Amino acid sequence: MLNLLWILLGGYAIGILLPLCLPRRPKAQIITTTAPAIVTTSAGVVVGLLGLTSSEPATGSLASTIPLLTFAIRLDPLAAFFVLTISLVGLAASIYAIGYIRHFDGRASVPTLGSLFNGFLLSMTLVVLADNGFFFLMVWELMSLLSYFLVVTEHEKAEVRYAGLFYLIMTHVGTAFIVLAFLIFFQAGGSFAFEAFRHPAQTLPEGMKTIAFLMALIGFGTKAGIVPLHVWLPHAHPVAPSHISALMSGVMIKTAIYALIRVYFDFLGGQFPWWWGFVVLVIGAVSALLGVMYALMEHDLKSLLAYHSVENIGIILLGIGAGMMFQTYELKEFAALGLLAGLYHTINHAMFKALLFLGAGSLLYATHTRNMEEYGGLLRRMPWTGACFLIGAVSIAALPPTNGFVSEWLVFQSLFLSFHIPDTFLKLMLPLAAAMLALTGALALACFAKAFGISFLALPRSTHARHAGEVPIPMRIGMALLATVCVALGLGPMVVVPLLDRVVAPFTGVSIEGQVLALDGWALATVNVEFSSLSPPILAMLLTVLSMLGLGIVAAFGGLVRRRYYKTWGCGINLTPRMEYTATGFVQPIKRVFSSIYQPTVKLETEFLQESQYFAKRRRFEFHVEPIFQKYLYDPVLAFVTALAGRLRVIQAGSLHLYLAYIFVTLIVLLLFAV
Amino acid sequence: MLYAFVLIVMQTVVLLAVAPLIVGLIRKVKARLQCRRGAAVFQPYADLIKLFRKQPVVSSTTSWIFTATPYILFASTLAAGLLVPVFMSTTPLNFAGNIIALVYLLALGTFFLMLAGLDAGSAFGGMGSSREAIVASLTEPAMMLSIFAIALTAGSTNLSTIVHKTALLEGIVTDPSPHLMAFAALVIVAIAETGRVPVDNPATHLELTMIHEAMILEYSGRYLALVEWAAGLKLLVFLTLIANVSAPWGIATSMEPAALGIGLATYLVKVSGLAVLIGFLESMFAKLRLFRVTDLLGTAFVLALLGLVFFYVLRG
Repeated sequence: MLNLLWILLGGYAIGILLPLCLPRRPKAQIITTTAPAIVTTSAGVVVGLLGLTSSEPATGSLASTIPLLTFAIRLDPLAAFFVLTISLVGLAASIYAIGYIRHFDGRASVPTLGSLFNGFLLSMTLVVLADNGFFFLMVWELMSLLSYFLVVTEHEKAEVRYAGLFYLIMTHVGTAFIVLAFLIFFQAGGSFAFEAFRHPAQTLPEGMKTIAFLMALIGFGTKAGIVPLHVWLPHAHPVAPSHISALMSGVMIKTAIYALIRVYFDFLGGQFPWWWGFVVLVIGAVSALLGVMYALMEHDLKSLLAYHSVENIGIILLGIGAGMMFQTYELKEFAALGLLAGLYHTINHAMFKALLFLGAGSLLYATHTRNMEEYGGLLRRMPWTGACFLIGAVSIAALPPTNGFVSEWLVFQSLFLSFHIPDTFLKLMLPLAAAMLALTGALALACFAKAFGISFLALPRSTHARHAGEVPIPMRIGMALLATVCVALGLGPMVVVPLLDRVVAPFTGVSIEGQVLALDGWALATVNVEFSSLSPPILAMLLTVLSMLGLGIVAAFGGLVRRRYYKTWGCGINLTPRMEYTATGFVQPIKRVFSSIYQPTVKLETEFLQESQYFAKRRRFEFHVEPIFQKYLYDPVLAFVTALAGRLRVIQAGSLHLYLAYIFVTLIVLLLFAV
Repeated sequence: MLYAFVLIVMQTVVLLAVAPLIVGLIRKVKARLQCRRGAAVFQPYADLIKLFRKQPVVSSTTSWIFTATPYILFASTLAAGLLVPVFMSTTPLNFAGNIIALVYLLALGTFFLMLAGLDAGSAFGGMGSSREAIVASLTEPAMMLSIFAIALTAGSTNLSTIVHKTALLEGIVTDPSPHLMAFAALVIVAIAETGRVPVDNPATHLELTMIHEAMILEYSGRYLALVEWAAGLKLLVFLTLIANVSAPWGIATSMEPAALGIGLATYLVKVSGLAVLIGFLESMFAKLRLFRVTDLLGTAFVLALLGLVFFYVLRG
C-alpha cells in the first residue's frame, strides 16, 4: 500500500521532470507531457480505491532537517476518497490534453505547461495526504502557486494577468487565516503532527476553538469560493487553459472541502455548538443561490461554469452544515447522512463540472471564442461534444436519474430530517434552506437550458460557429470518460454509498450503510424505506421502458410515417440567426424578477432617422449587473488598505540613518521582552 | 412480483386513458360557462388519433433533441404518474422515488421541452422557454415547502405512505390547519406548473401571452400528439396528487378486486370534480401578466411557510 503511494508520488515527479529534459519536437512533447500523467493518475485511481477499502490507514514519513517539519503522509478513507476524485479528473484531463495542448502550440511553452500540470496534480494529491501541519501548509502554498502559474499561461493578455494577480492575493489572504488556525492547534498540541492536532478538544478553551473554527472557515472558504469570498473564482477559472480549469473547478476547490472536514470533524472531534453548523448552513445556502443567480447573467461559458462552482460548493456545505448541526444534537445517524450527502455531491460535482469545463474547452478549440452569443447549432457540427455536454448539463441541473440528482436528493433528505432537532428556530430554518435549495435547483435548470440551448441548438450565430468541426479523438475520450463516470455514479449508489460510509463512519462513530441502502441495495432510503426512498436504477429503467412505450404507441396508432423537413416559420421571411432568442434575452425575465439582487444598469441609445421619430437608424444596448460584493465589500477594504499604506509612507523617509534607528529601537524593545 | 407488474400496467393504462378525458372535461365546462355547446368530452381522444396519423413536419434547423423530446417528456411525465397512488393507496413503484423524485422527474420533461423550444430557432420558441424558466423557478420553493409541510404531518415523504396514512386517518385529524395551508399552496403550484389560467392560457396562440404553447409551436403530427398527451398527463398527475393527498377517502387500501373497483370509481369522481373546479377557476379569472405571476407564487410560498410554522407552534 505504502509502496503504491510512493510510486504515485514518484510518477508525478517523473511527469514534472520528463517534459523539461527531453527533446523539443512537438510530437514527442505531447507524449512526454501527458503519458506520465495518464499512467500516474490511473495508479491514483487504484490507490484511492484500495485506500477506501483497506481497514488500516497507510502512513509513511521522511524526516527533515527543518525543525517542526516532517514529510509525513497518511492515507485514511477521507484522504483516499479525495485521491480517487483528484486522480479520476486528472486522468480525464490528461487524456484530453493530448488533443487540447496543440491549441497552445507556439502560444505557450508546451513542456512547461505539461510540467506544471503534473506538479499541480502532485501538489493536490499531497494536500490531501499530508499528515503534518507544516508540510500541509507547504504543499497548500505549492498548489496555490502552481495553479497561479497555470492561470497565467496566456499572460500576454491583460485580462489574464489581472485575474492571476487577483487570485494570487486572495489565495494568500486565505492562507494567512489557515496559518493562524494551525498555530492555535500547534499551541495546544505542541507539535505540527496532525496526530497532535487531533486532541485539542480537552486542552483548547472554548474561545480558541471558536477562533480556530472561524479562521479555518475563512481560510479554506476563500479557496472553496464561498460567498462573499468567491470573487476571484469567476475571474481565474475561465482564463486558465480548459483542462486546467477542469482541475481547478473540479478538484482544487474540493481540497478546501477536504480540509474543512478534516479540521471540524477530525481535529475538533466533531464537538461544536449548534451555531457552527448553522453558520456553515447559511453560507452554503447563500453561496448556492447567489452562485447560480450570477451564473445566469454570464454569457461567457467558462465564467458561467465558474459561478456554478460557487453554487455547488454551497450545496456541499448545506449537507455538511446539516451534518454538523445533527452532530451537536447527538443525532449521529443523521449527522452521518448529512456528511455523506455532502461528500457524494463533492465527487459528483468534480465529475460533471470537469466534464463541462472540458466541453467548454472543446467549444473554445472549435470556435475560438468563449462568448455564448457566438455559438449556436453546434450539436449538429460537434455531436460527441454535444452529447457529453448534455450529460454534464443534465447532471448539474440535478435531473433524475443522474448523479447530481442522487446527491441533491440526499441533501434534501438531510434537511428534511430537521424536525428531529429539539429547537424550534432551527426546525424552521432548515426547511427554508431546503426551499432555497429548491430555488437554486430550478435556476440551475434554467441556466443549463440556456447554456446548452443557446450554444448547441438552432442556427449558428457566427461564422466561427458555422465552420466549427468535431474536436480530435483524445479530447472526445477525455469527455466520454467523465460522462461515463457521471452516469455510473448516478446509477450505482449501491456501490458508492458503502464506500462513502467508510469515510464518514470514523467521524460520527456510526455506520449508516444498512440504513441508507434498502431493498438489497436497489433503493436509497433515509431513516427507513417508509420515510423516503429513491431507486435511481429503477427510475432509469422506467424511463427507458416508458420511452419504448411511447414509440410503441406511435407505431400502433399511426405507424411511423416518414417525417417531412421544412424550414421554421419565420412570419413570412426566411429565418436568420438574428431572429433567434439570445442568451441575454433568455434570462431577461429572471433579471427583472430578481432586480433587487442584480441591480442592473441598462443603457439604451437610439439614433433616429431625420425624417421620422418612428424609425430607428441604430440602437445601442448596454447592460451590466452590479457587482455588489466588489462595490460594498472589496472596494472599501481596498480603499482602507491604500489609505493606510499612504499614512505609513511617512515613516519611510528614505534616510538611511532613520532606518538604522528603527532597527536599533526594535532590538531594544525585543531585548526588553526577552528579559 | 407478477401481481405488482399487473398493477403497474393497470395504473399506466388508467393514467393514459383518463388524461385526455380531463382535458376534454375542462374544455366542456369552459364552453358551457361561455354559453357555447362546446365539443364532446371525448374530443381530445379523436384529436390524438388524428395527430398520430398525420405526417409530421420537422424544422430543418433542428437537431435530434427536437425529435427525442416528445418521447422523453412522455416517459418522464408517465414515470412521475406511476409514483403517485392513483386508485390504490400503495403503488408497487412506491420505493422507486418519493415526492422529491416526482418533482424532479417533471423537471426533466420541462428541461427538454425548454431545449426543444430553443431548437427550432424561431423567436417564439425561445420566448416560451424563457418564460417557462422563470415560472418553473418560482414555483419550486413554494412546492418544496408545501411538500415539507405535508410530509411533516404524515411523517413521511413517500407518496404512498402519506396517502395510506391519511386514508386511515392517522396523524392529520388532530390539527388539519397546516395540512390545509400546504394544500392551498399546492393548488397554486399545480396551476402554475401545468400552465393553466391565470399563469398561462392553454387555449391561446397569442405571442404576448403564451408560454407552453410557444415552446411547442413547431411540433406537429405524432410529436405534437405525444406532447399534448404528456401535458394532459401532467395535469392529471397534479390533480391526482391533490385529490389523494388531501382527500384519499375511498382509495383501495387492500388489493382485493372489489376494493380496487371502488377505488377506481371514487378516483374518477374525484379528478372529474377537480377538473370541473379548474374549468370554473379558468372562467372566473383573467390571465395575469407574466411579472404579476411572482405575487401569486409568493402567496403560495407564504402559505406553505405558514403551514410549517403552524405545525411547529401547534405541536409545540
